[in-house]
Amino acid sequence: MLHNNKTLLCSATAIMATLLATGSAQAGETMDAVKERGQVVCGVSTGLPGFSTPDDQGNWEGIDVDVCHGVAAAVFGDASKVQFVPLNAKERFTALQSGEIDVLSRNTTWTATRDTTLGLNFTGVSFYDGQGFLVKESLGIDSAKQLDGAAFCVQSGTTTELNLADYFQAHDMSFEPVVFDTSDQTVGGFEAGRCDVLTSDTSQLNALRIKLSDPDSAKVLPEVISKEPLGPVVRQGDDQWFNAVKWTLFAMINAEEMGISSENADEMKGSEKPGIARFMGSEGNFGEAMGLPADWAYSIVSQVGNYGEVFDRNVGAGSPLNIERGLNALWTEGGIQYAPPIR
Amino acid sequence: MTTPSSPPPRRETPPFWRDPAKRALLFQALMLAALFAVIGFIVSNTLENLDARGITTGFGFLHDTAGFGIVQSLIDYTPQSTYGRTFLVGLLNTLLVSTLGIAAATIIGFLMGIARLSPNWLIARIAGAYVEIFRNIPLLLQIFFWYFAVLRSLPSPRQSMSLGEAVFLNIRGLVVPAPVGGPGFVWTLVALAVAVIAAIVLVRWNRRRQAATGDRLPAGWISAGIIVVLPAVVFIASGMPLTWDIPKLGGFNFSGGITVLPELLALWLALSIYTGAFIAEIVRSGIQAVSKGQTEAARALSLSGGMTLRLVVIPQAMRVIIPPLTSQYLNLIKNSSLATAIGYPDLVSVFAGTTLNQTGQAIEVIMMTMAVYLTLSLLVSMFMNWFNARMALVER
Repeated sequence: MLHNNKTLLCSATAIMATLLATGSAQAGETMDAVKERGQVVCGVSTGLPGFSTPDDQGNWEGIDVDVCHGVAAAVFGDASKVQFVPLNAKERFTALQSGEIDVLSRNTTWTATRDTTLGLNFTGVSFYDGQGFLVKESLGIDSAKQLDGAAFCVQSGTTTELNLADYFQAHDMSFEPVVFDTSDQTVGGFEAGRCDVLTSDTSQLNALRIKLSDPDSAKVLPEVISKEPLGPVVRQGDDQWFNAVKWTLFAMINAEEMGISSENADEMKGSEKPGIARFMGSEGNFGEAMGLPADWAYSIVSQVGNYGEVFDRNVGAGSPLNIERGLNALWTEGGIQYAPPIR
Repeated sequence: MTTPSSPPPRRETPPFWRDPAKRALLFQALMLAALFAVIGFIVSNTLENLDARGITTGFGFLHDTAGFGIVQSLIDYTPQSTYGRTFLVGLLNTLLVSTLGIAAATIIGFLMGIARLSPNWLIARIAGAYVEIFRNIPLLLQIFFWYFAVLRSLPSPRQSMSLGEAVFLNIRGLVVPAPVGGPGFVWTLVALAVAVIAAIVLVRWNRRRQAATGDRLPAGWISAGIIVVLPAVVFIASGMPLTWDIPKLGGFNFSGGITVLPELLALWLALSIYTGAFIAEIVRSGIQAVSKGQTEAARALSLSGGMTLRLVVIPQAMRVIIPPLTSQYLNLIKNSSLATAIGYPDLVSVFAGTTLNQTGQAIEVIMMTMAVYLTLSLLVSMFMNWFNARMALVER
């Protein structure tokens, strides 16, 4: 539970790194370092079911984890070549800035400040989310408008903290923020009764609700008070690596749209349809400019799966969370997940 | 016989590198120049790198709107306040818990230190057990113990434990009535200030009078009388203009009164009990450092037990106690930064935590935070050194 010390350590490392490093990030630098090391170092959460959490054997799983596996599959043709670094909300950006990790895939909201002032770039949106409220059934509340004066458990260093203040100002209500370092601590505070409401992204609330000792004792309120586009983040200034991570996610989304999945990838590899042939790398070489092998997209889909598979397995119908596709459905199916074509 | 002619002593000045004083001076100058060069290099290199990586620098962010709430603030604070304001809020919260902690740790430490020397077997053993238990368990664990094990098991606001329907204790904290001064209440405060000044003047006059004539008044009792009676008379004469804002249960929690956060309570308890154990040992060693002969001599001069302690033992013990006591105070201030582990909004949690993360300006924020702890520690150190000089044995 020594997150504080870890944060300070991280900050100190970042400071030392920036103090002593010479030269700036150059295109290709990260890719070369990753290839030399033989694995992708990926920053994930300290444990959030569906997004990044270790299973009972200690293997990481979740949507954010699968994005990292996808990057490893694209670079090495082997999805298992990833090292995961669990980070709390406060540590995550410093860890990326200081070069401790190559990519941050940790349910991180894309905002203007983060994209423009931190020296970081968001590579896309792996999950469209929004902030909601979890309350105890026993309070008898069914709208966020009734929460005037309530105490909120919230994780520090998140956009959640800011949205909460915005919402209550806009509705002229008062609130008491009880701020903890990890989402586990916020759940602990909520269960013990330190706060009336647990607030976070709605997907997380569903995940956290399942972890309660009695999930039926709490419910998620209908209001969604913010836009939370979550996506992977890389350092600014290294465009080659930025492209590789960006197109890993796009490849997963394109695969779903084209009907390529981990199950049929091998049969489809021989397909002569132009779109699929380009995707599989049998026509043209779209990986070359990114420093990736020609069959990079094939590796991603055959080893990790397409976006739909990843979604279902981790947070959708095939998981205990059972979150609906909603906004995260493909654009062809009423959602807003849309990837530029590979050509 | 020829006497060997010894050459006359030569008086020429050696070259400067063979003169130890000049050489030392040269090395110091070189060292200083090198230090400045390193600092200059680090600063310019940092700025260059931050710029190259597209990371915003500078202190301009202190004027930006913070946009997040803070649960406890001693000054006006809303989410529309600036990041500069969050710095002040965090600083004041750190000062609050440090001041409360230092006061409580000092009281606990002195009581336990004296109790440890008690001739009563049970009292001495209890004090001994306290010291050995609490100074040997890591502070962070003690904070977790008070917060998670003790305060987390308190009832919800609706089932609060209450004392006379005015003071309530629940998982949201300790709620006590808040005094609300009426229009004429300011006169009572004025009277209190006058009384305190009068008491100080009286004590000083009494000391001079005793030195001059040998007579002394019971100045302590008279001062206490002035401090209690004068404000009380003014208070009653002005029509008792003080009401109490009694906390009432409504909505989610109690409204009115003053709420002491459970995070503050846990941190305060842990810091004062932990540091108190060290202070107890310092006090015990200080008292035992005064040789027994001093007490016996005082007794031989027919000083009473209380006077022996107050005029002979304590003044000498203080000289031994103060320097290590300073270190304990400094430790307590620095340890208060563990607040962030349980979510008490101190400087590290609010400023080096949330503000750092929302702005991403790690270098500026961490530098400011370090500067605060350094300044606080140096100020406490300066004060304690001054106090030490005052208490030191005046040699005539």
